[in-house]
Amino acid sequence: MLGQLIVSGIAIGATYALIALAMVIIYKASEVLNFAQGDMAMLSAFVAFTMLDSLQLSFWVAFPLALAFAFVLGAMLEFCFLRRAKDPNVLGLIIITLGLEMVLFGIASMIWGADQKNFAFPVSDFDVIDLGGGVVVSHLNLVTLGVAVGLMLLLFVFFRYTKTGVAMKATQQNQMAARIMGIRVNRILMLTWGMSSMVGAIAAFLIAPTDTLEPYLMWTPQLKGFSAAVLGGMTSLPGAVGGGFLLGIIENLFGGYISVEFKSVVAFVVIVAVLCIKPSGLFARHYVRKV
Amino acid sequence: MHMKRDYYEDIRLLGSKAAVFWMLILLSSLVLFPLLAGPYSIYIINLMAINVIVALGLNLLVGYTGQISLGHAGFFAIGAYATLALMLKASFPFLLALPVAGLLAAGFGFLLGLPALRLEGPYLAIATLGFGLTVTQVLGRLHFLGGHEGLTAPPLNLFGWLVDSDAERYAVIVPIAVGLTWAMRNLVHTRVGRAFVAIRDSDIAAECIGVNLTYYKTLAFAISAFYTAVAGGLMAFVLNFINPHTFNIMVSILFLAMVVVGGLGSILGSIMGALLITWLQIELGNVDQLIKAAGDIPGLGSYISALVNLAFTPSGLPNFQYVVFGLIMVLIVIFEPLGLYGIWIRTKIYWKTWPF
Repeated sequence: MLGQLIVSGIAIGATYALIALAMVIIYKASEVLNFAQGDMAMLSAFVAFTMLDSLQLSFWVAFPLALAFAFVLGAMLEFCFLRRAKDPNVLGLIIITLGLEMVLFGIASMIWGADQKNFAFPVSDFDVIDLGGGVVVSHLNLVTLGVAVGLMLLLFVFFRYTKTGVAMKATQQNQMAARIMGIRVNRILMLTWGMSSMVGAIAAFLIAPTDTLEPYLMWTPQLKGFSAAVLGGMTSLPGAVGGGFLLGIIENLFGGYISVEFKSVVAFVVIVAVLCIKPSGLFARHYVRKV
Repeated sequence: MHMKRDYYEDIRLLGSKAAVFWMLILLSSLVLFPLLAGPYSIYIINLMAINVIVALGLNLLVGYTGQISLGHAGFFAIGAYATLALMLKASFPFLLALPVAGLLAAGFGFLLGLPALRLEGPYLAIATLGFGLTVTQVLGRLHFLGGHEGLTAPPLNLFGWLVDSDAERYAVIVPIAVGLTWAMRNLVHTRVGRAFVAIRDSDIAAECIGVNLTYYKTLAFAISAFYTAVAGGLMAFVLNFINPHTFNIMVSILFLAMVVVGGLGSILGSIMGALLITWLQIELGNVDQLIKAAGDIPGLGSYISALVNLAFTPSGLPNFQYVVFGLIMVLIVIFEPLGLYGIWIRTKIYWKTWPF
């Protein structure tokens, strides 16, 4: 029982980790808390669905195309809305992304309606592998886990060793200094949003087969991913993934041993408790603000 | 604009004879309105008055104290549920249940204010968001509060006067809204209000000049929660029936939208924002009729309806309201950060010297 709970916790945690990664990418570069993340991903999943279902494209064609759509969507949102806000404060940026979330949600539910659809995915959620001792894990879970860890490593290397990645970090630390150093800050921000949107879209492709595809698809995962990112400290990629796994495991253990009814609430209680002790999350250094 | 020469001019409720005149006009039209209008428009005004109360409370927190909250639907729910539960289970009279529910929510607001002492920006946003979601989740599981089925409002009885039509509810709601607006207007001009503004502008500087951060931040949350809960208690009677889904996350976002669209840190702004968003919510809810009306435009009409039928699913069309709300929020922040209040002030200054 304990083993199974932890394994399914890690599996569900992997989806949280993916969304948390997407949020952290944007937060790392621009300190914007992106509430539209989930609905950007949901829209990309619907585009993939249309290509698979109505246009009958093969999965391996539809998938990259949908990812490309996600990239363009993210970059366009940054270009059209975020960039236009003149020296906004934290609240203003949060409001913009909340507004974008509502717009995207409205558009998706106007076009595809509120009825639930099945998202065809080549990896099944029902075929399981026995890990011994009655602990099973589905193929889809394994793929999700692999993708989450792989993407985290890839992004970690990207931020540490590539020129673009370092430019992104510089942009977050001090936009003016970055500009003086010859970094095209606007282009970097656009790229960041595109990348983040792609990571979010991958998360949505992996979440949609476990559920049915509908406009509400990403609401709960987004909030959990958010909590995971906050738990990990908003600026740390390994922190985001670690936070995702931790949240998944805690949630499952709570559901298994204490109360299934309040399982969905526990994430937020954990968040508030952790933030009270470590206000910058578990894995990030506390950022001291200048007056 | 004439200069204010002493403190009493600053805190005076009505600055000039013109203000007194317009205030009298406003109050008398509020009194006359239910005698002249039909029940549906009275119902809409009731909703607007309730949202004005919420917007005032939220603006105190977001606009005056600078603490973001995405969880006000939680306080709204606490107010609605506590009012009904006190009346149904403990047979409190309405006029006692409503403030008790408000105080209960203020207690929760105080508790939520405690983590807010250490959190800011995104971290506070997620903590308050979590609070709002937790409240509705927990309410859905409490069987003695009706669980997911919800509660039906009992008959509203004020000293033997049975309040059961929209006009009668108007007579209860609007005076409360006016009174709370007046209280808020006075509050922000006192020592407490100035402490809030000091915290918003720089909490460290405020602490240096002797503002007790712990006290004033939790107080801001508590007062804000009180307003929202009172509005929630009134809402329970206007809707006549509440369940946890009435208070979902979109409600919190719409409250925030009212405050931002109206203008942060302004009483008039809160009122204008609440009126506009409520009106849009009602108008856009029946978007089918709007599209039908657009279909009747000569020339273009048939193209519009063909386009709508081609691109959209009929069942999803009412979600058009979210597109509009979202766009309004985004565009206001980008182009008019002071909100409707900013537009109003600019217009006023522009006409000040008219006709010169």
